[in-house]
Amino acid sequence: MQRTQNPSELSSIARQVRRHILTMITAAKSGHPGGSLSAVEILVTLYWDVLRHDPANPKWPERDRFILSKGHAAPVLYSVMAECGYTPVETLNTLRKLGSIYQGHPDVRYIPALEASTGSLGEGLSLALGMGLAAKLDKSPSRAYVVLGDGEIQEGQIWEAAMFGSFHKVDNVCAIVDNNGIQLDGFVKDILDLSPLAEKWRAFGWHTLEINGHDISAVQKAFAEAAETKGKPTCIVAHTVKGKGVSFMENNPKWHGVAPKPEELELALKELA
Amino acid sequence: MPANVKYELKLGAATREAFGKTLAELGHENANIVVGDADLTKSTMTTYFAKEFPERLFECGIAEANMVAIGAGLALSGKIPFVSSFSAFVMTKGFEQLRCLVAYPNVNLKVVGTHSGISIGEDGPSQMSMEDLALACALPNFTVLCPADEVATAWAVRWAAEHVGPVFIRTGRVKVPVIYPAGTKFEIGKAVELVSGTDVTLIATGLVVAEAIRAAEQLEAEGISARVLDIHTIKPIDEEAIGKAAAETGALVVAEEHLVDSGLGVRVAQAAAKTHPAPIEFVGLTEFAESATPDELLDKYGMRADNIAAAARRVLARKK
Repeated sequence: MQRTQNPSELSSIARQVRRHILTMITAAKSGHPGGSLSAVEILVTLYWDVLRHDPANPKWPERDRFILSKGHAAPVLYSVMAECGYTPVETLNTLRKLGSIYQGHPDVRYIPALEASTGSLGEGLSLALGMGLAAKLDKSPSRAYVVLGDGEIQEGQIWEAAMFGSFHKVDNVCAIVDNNGIQLDGFVKDILDLSPLAEKWRAFGWHTLEINGHDISAVQKAFAEAAETKGKPTCIVAHTVKGKGVSFMENNPKWHGVAPKPEELELALKELA
Repeated sequence: MPANVKYELKLGAATREAFGKTLAELGHENANIVVGDADLTKSTMTTYFAKEFPERLFECGIAEANMVAIGAGLALSGKIPFVSSFSAFVMTKGFEQLRCLVAYPNVNLKVVGTHSGISIGEDGPSQMSMEDLALACALPNFTVLCPADEVATAWAVRWAAEHVGPVFIRTGRVKVPVIYPAGTKFEIGKAVELVSGTDVTLIATGLVVAEAIRAAEQLEAEGISARVLDIHTIKPIDEEAIGKAAAETGALVVAEEHLVDSGLGVRVAQAAAKTHPAPIEFVGLTEFAESATPDELLDKYGMRADNIAAAARRVLARKK
């Protein structure tokens, strides 16, 4: 893989990742397009610019860790890891099929380069904090990044972890809330409202930023600020659009967990050409 | 262990205390050992470790789910974490995290439940775990240990630290009789025959093992030759020893400080069904208990040598 900090190059990788996401979910006939598409710029910026990682040496002890706590967005992670060279691009379309390494939710048994198996919501922040603590004990420069869904943070464990992270000053951890405003049953504000979201994280003692999660320069700046923040962990509340990049999917709860039909894929790919 | 030695059964340390002391020793031997606790260090006895290695003891507060998951994160980064709380809390409030973050990806986390069973006493049913073995055994990849005394506990904790993979160790609040000579070497998944016998086999785990030995002595006085097996490893269970006991003695009694419908008894029954079916009687818990002293509760809820001996007479009546 060729690392880059150039926003227009990152943007073009993001477009390719979106095409993978839609194609693999269409082939699988099931999966979660909306919340995969909303996290694309966050993951692409992490993997091509921010994370200290090496696809040729995935278990390098001092690597940075990435955890996709909202495991149902596996297609964005698979697409990014495949484009980085961790796993084959040509088998992405085996997603969710018997024997595929591309399981319905990320599974370390099939992809050892993953940092963790995820899928049961609300658990990834604690994992990242545990990894952050281990890095501190080892005096390692390793940092841990974890992407949370906004619906996901309705889980109580997130707030147990949030208290823990600031109290123990785990400042090598950065949480990113993919705040796309939609969960399976509808809009988050109608299911169990999280607002005021950034204020909650601040009240829990986290250095908290709010950004447009599709603005790559803003995402880059936020990660730089997180890395410079000492004494407390950072939470980036990334305002995003569910289904981003495909006009008929954007901001529509229907596309939380439904696969496009082949003709819908064709329309979507035209928009992402 | 020689068969048919006489057991003194002098009161020793609580198994939680043996856990805490062994953990502190291990802390000196292996810098990768770290500990999580949920506001119970003085009760779980991780306080011994905390005093010596404060930077490696992570106080999680009263938040067991997070504690289990923090432990999983530490393990994924190469540490050997022991997380500990009352069994009643860590196995229930942490169960989903144990299932998804530990068992399923086979993560190297050690879980030590203390204050197990009804022998916690006065605190009452909300603090009593009667289902922790069922929950732990329900998780693939987990090894489940239930040591009977301080010697077996020290071994179990050391074994867990060396084993790569998830382990649950069940310990208790009260002081228990010492059965084994210091330094006894156990084998994982291998029952210990504490008393040899030919008429019936008493199969027990945890604090009830000493009661089973006493029951065998009672039965011997009546001319009944009872074998006693200590099942310190609940999972993987020793099918060979159970099958052999069923074949050679033809009748089994299982005794445990756990719900009878989901603990050691059902696992023994499964093993016997697979190897050598035999009549079995079950001594254990069937309902929520109450507040009282541990001794009063063990009497009232039938965890004593008398209860085990009575079950042996019942099963002998059914033996063909």
